[in-house]
Amino acid sequence: MQRWPVLLFLAWVCFLFFAGIGLFMSGFLLTRIELASSSSCSDPLVPPPWERQSLPPGSCWAPQRFSKAVLVIIDALRFEFARFNPAKASPLPYENKLSFLHHLATSQPRHARLYRFRADPPTATMQRIKGLTTGHPPSLPTSIDVGSNFATYAIQEDNLLAQLVQNGRRVVFMGDDTWEGLFPKKFFRSYFFPSFNVKDLHTVDDGILQHLYPTVDSGEWDVLIAHFLGVDHCGHKHGPDHPEMAKKLTQMNEMLRSLVDHLGNDTLLLVAGDHGMTETGDHGGDSEKEVNAALFVYSKTPLFGTGPPEEPEAVPQVNLVPTVALLLGVPIPYSNIGEVMAELFSGDGDAVSAALQQLSVYHINAKQVDRFLHSYSLVAQDLPAEQLQRLQELFSGAVEEHTQLLAQVQGAALVPPELESRLGSLISRFQQYLREARAVCTQSWARFHPLRMVGGCILIAASCLLCYMASELATASDSFYRSCLLYPLLWGLLVAGLLGLAHVFTQEGLDLLLVSSWAAAASQLGFFWHWWGQHPKRAPLVMLLVGKLHWDGRLTVPEGPKQQLLGFSSYRREIWYLLCLVAMLLVCVRLSGFFHQCREEIPQCRPSLFLSPLASLRNARAKNLFYLLCVALLAGLVYAVRSWLRHYGNLNSSDPLVLFVRWGFPLVVLCIACYWAVASSADDSLGKLQELVQVAVVAFPWAVYGLASMGLLLLLCNPMTVFAKDTRESAGSIVTPYLGVPSSEVDFLHVIPQIYKRMQESQKSRLERGSCKATVAAYGLGSVYSAALIIALTLLGFLLMLLHSERLSLAFLLLFLEAFVLLHIHTRARGLAGDAEPFSVPWYAVISWLLAASQFFYSTGHQPIFPAIHWNAAFVGFHLDHSTNLLPAVLVGANTFASHILFAVGCPLLLLWPFVCEMPSSQKRKPKKEPREELQEVEEHMMEMRLRESPEKFSTALLQLGLKYLFVLGTQLLACVCAAMILRRHLMVWKVFAPKFLFESLGFVVSSICLLLGISLVMRVDCAVSTWFSHLQLR
Amino acid sequence: MKEAEIRRLFAANLLCFFSVILTAVLPGFVWDTFTVLGTHLTWLCICSVCVSTLNIILHVVLKPNLTPKRSSFAHKISRFLKCCIYFFMSCILFHAIIVLYGAPLIESVTETFLFAVLLSTFTTLQCLCILGPNVQAWIRVFSKNGATSIWESSLRITTMCSILGAWFGAFPIPLDWDRPWQVWPISCSLGATFGYMAGLIIAPLWIHWNRKQLTYKSR
Repeated sequence: MQRWPVLLFLAWVCFLFFAGIGLFMSGFLLTRIELASSSSCSDPLVPPPWERQSLPPGSCWAPQRFSKAVLVIIDALRFEFARFNPAKASPLPYENKLSFLHHLATSQPRHARLYRFRADPPTATMQRIKGLTTGHPPSLPTSIDVGSNFATYAIQEDNLLAQLVQNGRRVVFMGDDTWEGLFPKKFFRSYFFPSFNVKDLHTVDDGILQHLYPTVDSGEWDVLIAHFLGVDHCGHKHGPDHPEMAKKLTQMNEMLRSLVDHLGNDTLLLVAGDHGMTETGDHGGDSEKEVNAALFVYSKTPLFGTGPPEEPEAVPQVNLVPTVALLLGVPIPYSNIGEVMAELFSGDGDAVSAALQQLSVYHINAKQVDRFLHSYSLVAQDLPAEQLQRLQELFSGAVEEHTQLLAQVQGAALVPPELESRLGSLISRFQQYLREARAVCTQSWARFHPLRMVGGCILIAASCLLCYMASELATASDSFYRSCLLYPLLWGLLVAGLLGLAHVFTQEGLDLLLVSSWAAAASQLGFFWHWWGQHPKRAPLVMLLVGKLHWDGRLTVPEGPKQQLLGFSSYRREIWYLLCLVAMLLVCVRLSGFFHQCREEIPQCRPSLFLSPLASLRNARAKNLFYLLCVALLAGLVYAVRSWLRHYGNLNSSDPLVLFVRWGFPLVVLCIACYWAVASSADDSLGKLQELVQVAVVAFPWAVYGLASMGLLLLLCNPMTVFAKDTRESAGSIVTPYLGVPSSEVDFLHVIPQIYKRMQESQKSRLERGSCKATVAAYGLGSVYSAALIIALTLLGFLLMLLHSERLSLAFLLLFLEAFVLLHIHTRARGLAGDAEPFSVPWYAVISWLLAASQFFYSTGHQPIFPAIHWNAAFVGFHLDHSTNLLPAVLVGANTFASHILFAVGCPLLLLWPFVCEMPSSQKRKPKKEPREELQEVEEHMMEMRLRESPEKFSTALLQLGLKYLFVLGTQLLACVCAAMILRRHLMVWKVFAPKFLFESLGFVVSSICLLLGISLVMRVDCAVSTWFSHLQLR
Repeated sequence: MKEAEIRRLFAANLLCFFSVILTAVLPGFVWDTFTVLGTHLTWLCICSVCVSTLNIILHVVLKPNLTPKRSSFAHKISRFLKCCIYFFMSCILFHAIIVLYGAPLIESVTETFLFAVLLSTFTTLQCLCILGPNVQAWIRVFSKNGATSIWESSLRITTMCSILGAWFGAFPIPLDWDRPWQVWPISCSLGATFGYMAGLIIAPLWIHWNRKQLTYKSR
């Protein structure tokens, strides 16, 4: 049997998929590393001492200009909504509605100004809130940002709100409840309203209006944030060009009018849209209408030195963060890359003092950005080095000139006209630095790379096609491996080598991902090229696909029964048996629905009761009942596995592995039961035993880990569960069909005559030594492969059950039951269809196996969203904290992809099971454990030994099975990838499609690795069987 | 002979087809509040009753199964009773299957059961009419190449179409479109009905096109 080529081929195909996933991911996910540092008042980048002394109390870094601020966020306030054009005769429903802003801007030009507020894509509310508070362009919404806490959406890095709270400001919030998740427990007071239902235009707005004026009047706040959602929801429901929008905007106008009446002189009012909307009222992408929001600034004291420009200025959204921070006298958040809006700092004085003021804020801002870039480049390499170098030069030049200039100003060495021009040029140098820094960062963080996404998609699709074709073509011949594996691999290596050489010559930065995807593409091309060259006459690709369609058509028609072969009565019995199995499958599927977790998008959904740990159960009786049920189920599982093994005679030998199955399995169950008991007991009831419990909670899981890994090691060392009785010396020609360990009276009745017979024979053989007819009876050889797999699966199942909450063991039992039923259905259906090709697993079996895997992903209480991950799994067997991130990641990953792991490892069973269940065709009544007779020409090689008979076919079958599995998995993945790519502008992309894609691709990686492990386990067993046979022959 | 048979089949199927349409339209003239979506359960009842009566009448008139061996009155009665029991059992079975496929177990039992009755009308009742209460014959007809007359081929096609239609009808239920027809079991029963109607039209056409290949063995 060729083992290595098969594994190599599968590993190569996996690599192709991984390269595709990696390439797509690098184009799709906007990765940026979050820095944990945060700014503080005492940071050394504050202005020089002589300026610091002049800081009024309550100010950090720069003098505080306003003691209070109101930030009104009107969701999806497009610039056109806020603009007022009196000349327009017949305005559209969304035009000329915010007349009050226009009134303020024209009547008090030094107090108010309207800006274009440029949002960075993705223009979804959560990302915009992050941008508006942290001061950098978008990152992934959830928690994929490296280094953040996975459990919540909460913003971990330094942000404006954290700075405000840290410096003792009272922040009051009202409106969109997205903020609650982002800033838990940051608000002095808060009024959250549900934001999810986009059809509901009024709940949030009316709720805010109810609280807004009383709160403002009460004065118990320093910063007030009101986030209105009506306009956005109206856009989603009706679109902007609708009378409802006019009503909504008019309502906003009235709200602003009365709000301004309530404000004091020391208050800054900011009205901002977080993003715009398209003509259909949607947002999320980067089209002009989506990114073009409005910002309106107003205060009752003069803000601006000059009147407004003709055309409103465009301000990037991140600029709001440093501006507000410095205006309110708090430090700028650490990771901000925005630029201050300097005209707000000009104050009342003359041009020179205004310029000096602006210069000082620019200086602070530039220092902060430089500090951020420096610490960022220390942890991440994604900013290009030469650009950073250039920025560094710009910065140091500007700072140097700044110190010189300040010294000259101190010494009064400069006269106003020259001073003004030098100040102007210095300001523009700072501006240039800040803008370039932002451009560099945005460029490397904020873009989808469509080329990479398409490339990744194509790679994955081509890999799927390759899988399909290879599974059709696969033969065990050397020429197949040469043309379909060796040459493509060489091609890939060649391209990788060339790229490496190019790297050596050009000294360009080498992107490992790009190199590997080029190599993957090249090796794929190699495969197709050789395939084409090998089969020039064969109908090309199109025909293959047509063949597939044809095959699909065949699937829907029930397979023709082999009536002539089986006879009608047995045929009917088979049909009924099959129907019962299908009914059982349906029952399993239906029952597994009880374990589902909920998504937040479905408000009426209630999560399954079984998901919560037993410890949270109040009712002691129910708790005990459930506990007993779970333990009984575990014991039942062990009993079932053991009786299966006994039935096939795999429990007879005295190998360490068999001993482990006999004694270790119950021990594992005992440990798990103890752990559950300890973990679910009420904390206070135990009193003095508290410390003991603390130890036990850690010790029992470790015992299970240890036992399970011991079992797996034993399995790897000696996977043979065969009991061989060498009768070549002693026994005669008759081999009694011994039924294993006697379990019933009938067996006992059967055994005693056998013993007698045996004794008789040994007497006889002693008498007639010399003419001995040697036989070896091997018990359990017919199911040696599947026995090893089943032992491995059971051990894995124990581990995974330990990681889940107690009552999910029910779901796991269902999982095993359903897998068992599926295997039986597959076997029966095959028996009905007639054994056309016993060595190839039909597609429907692979597809149903994979569908069951995805079904049980959901039925073990998971959902492809981040809040649904079971974080508790990281602390099974660990007390409080982990020193590294690797171990909890492994534990949580194993918990999340439990069903993927089990089904992928168990995949070879699809091939083995029909052989295991095979009945001897001649005699139905014969015991299943057919003793294998060695050194004798007996035509009945039973069960899995058929596989050994034709090792070529066996290895091909394994390869085909693996390829089919990967093909179906890859098709699922491809669908997710395509959805994520096509819908990357969708409103819900970061809530639905991106997490789904991530879970799917991670699941693919886990599944494919586990598939390789499962197949290599089968091969390991095959090795062991070979050595066993050679030993036997030598003896 | 064959052409005439196909024409008869086509006529019968057309009658069924229009009867289904009429059940959706006619009651509207009698009751003002009647709509297929609004008073769905009423429509389900009416449709089931109409289709089953029409089928029984057609069966009596056309007599597609030509082998009335023993026609004693008692035999007929027992046959009829057996048919009723089979029909009722198939309703229960369909109900169970629908629940296994994910219908709510405790809530909206009436809806689920009426849907099961509709499905039985479209599938089991036809079988009972054409094949009689004879499970062996059913298995024969639904296995490959088992049909022995155009009536049986037609039966096979309509049954499969209705069940497939019901299955496809479940697809839009989880979508968030908030349409009135996404409520259980409207989309499924509509899917089954459309599938049945499609099957009624497809069956004679398919038989007509494949009449050369279709060589029915006599029993």
